[in-house]
Amino acid sequence: MSHKIMIPLHNDEVAPRFDLATDVLLAKFRSDGETSERIIVLPQASADDLCALATSDNTDAVVCGGIDDEHYQYLKWKGIEVLDDVIGPVKKVMQAYKDNKLARGDNFYMV
Amino acid sequence: MTHESPYIINGLMDQQFLLPDLLNEVPIGIAVLDIEGRIKLANRAWQTITGADPESMQGLKCYLGLRCDYCFKGCPVMADKADFQTVSVDADIIDRTRTKVPIRLNISPIVNNKNVISGYVETIQDIRQVAELSSSASKAYSLGGLIGTSPEMVKIFSMVPSIAATDSSVLITGETGTGKDVLAEAIHNASDRAGAPFIKVNCGALPETLLESELFGHVKGAFTGANEDRPGRIKLAHNGSFFLTEIGDLPLPLQVKLLSFLDDKVIHPLGSSRGFNADVRVIVATHRDLKRMVQEKTFRADLLFRLNVVHLHLPPLRERGDDILLLKNHFLMEYCNKFNKKIKGFTKKSAKILSAYRYPGNVRELSNIVEYAVNFCDRDIIGSSHLPAYLTEQDILRPVTETTHAAQERGVPVEYSSAQSWDDAEKQMIMDTLVKCGGRKGEAANMLGWSRSTFWRKMKKHSISG
Repeated sequence: MSHKIMIPLHNDEVAPRFDLATDVLLAKFRSDGETSERIIVLPQASADDLCALATSDNTDAVVCGGIDDEHYQYLKWKGIEVLDDVIGPVKKVMQAYKDNKLARGDNFYMV
Repeated sequence: MTHESPYIINGLMDQQFLLPDLLNEVPIGIAVLDIEGRIKLANRAWQTITGADPESMQGLKCYLGLRCDYCFKGCPVMADKADFQTVSVDADIIDRTRTKVPIRLNISPIVNNKNVISGYVETIQDIRQVAELSSSASKAYSLGGLIGTSPEMVKIFSMVPSIAATDSSVLITGETGTGKDVLAEAIHNASDRAGAPFIKVNCGALPETLLESELFGHVKGAFTGANEDRPGRIKLAHNGSFFLTEIGDLPLPLQVKLLSFLDDKVIHPLGSSRGFNADVRVIVATHRDLKRMVQEKTFRADLLFRLNVVHLHLPPLRERGDDILLLKNHFLMEYCNKFNKKIKGFTKKSAKILSAYRYPGNVRELSNIVEYAVNFCDRDIIGSSHLPAYLTEQDILRPVTETTHAAQERGVPVEYSSAQSWDDAEKQMIMDTLVKCGGRKGEAANMLGWSRSTFWRKMKKHSISG
């Protein structure tokens, strides 16, 4: 079964603030191991728009840095898993998610 | 943070001690960043505010630990600016409990002994309480110490946030004691410059030669007695606000220099050929009529145009209606707390005296009167005997006879003007009383202590119809 995740970006790493990210990565992991990625650039930073994007795209999980409680609870209510407080390059984060090893608060820069 | 040997401080005291231990005692969040903006060290308060695990933050770019909106809105460290002065802004962070916390952020470069930037020090303060207080205060019709419910004051309160958001020059006018200084400080505190200095200079308090050096600074040897470099008040206000009160007293040569500064924001200290780029918001205040001064050629028209970008006028207390009652009770509470007294209020008579008085000294005078009364009151209620003698010895219902024109000329409206005859004074008194009584002649006659017939006769004498 395929799995969709959304990662707000700051350059090539997870954006430290969900509400301030204008670039967002939408990744789809297929059951056959294939991954498809697309990056969307929003006209302006908006946590509401990101939530709307996550729900309309039927995202299974949102991986982000800091997110305020209101939007966190909204996404949870919509049945979307939120892995927040994640710090690190997006490639490593995606790989960890693929390997089912990603958890809230993970820091991929920590030695 | 781990206490590692590189953080040992020598020489400051008799024995060695650790920098983290020193920083942990400071109740403000402090992080030391390297030249690339990576966190080298953060104190306990910084960890408390952000909720970040200190061990995992070390060596990370600051924005990953702080998660502040300012990181993405022009932070000079993030923008990799080679040279900048201290930055002070109000911003917000998202802490580890997913709460958006308003903070006051300061970023200063750390300059080594070769005058090269070798890192940055960042301080953060949780300003939630301040934000809550200011929001509750605004509900109570007050703003940074100014209190009032009169339409004029409410209008000013509503204008301040939008004015504070800009960097435009502000001209505040109003009689003495109306709260020009308080309003200037309120504008500063409501602006992004709140954490930076608010420097005030009274143009009327210093002679011209001293004033120039006070404002713009001087270099060593610029004049006799200049034994060392002096930065000047404008430079001290860098990143903050500069408040020039009694701008009408600024001598003409200095008006030119101020105008030049307002145009290019560069200050040239006395005797120096090097300018300093000062990022300063200028607020000025005066009780004088600057337009009239321009006509009289004692104030430069171009400077007035430059300063008069935003003009706020504070009304005199006598035109603020019920604000007298509000302020009277406010000052009573304030001074009772200060002097640890339990006074419930004012007797009817003393309240009447206070309401009828014209307050040439405005709010400041009312405050002084209540302070006096609280000090002298030996009962639980302030009676007329506790008020300053000048309020009760004379007939306080006698009017202010001077014209607005004369008041502006002298700054302080006075109760009596010898230049005007008693006839004029009497006419003015009748008109004032009629206005106060809403045109009811019987009530006005009572208030003046005259019979209805005397009142009618005097109205006829002065050709007052009504």
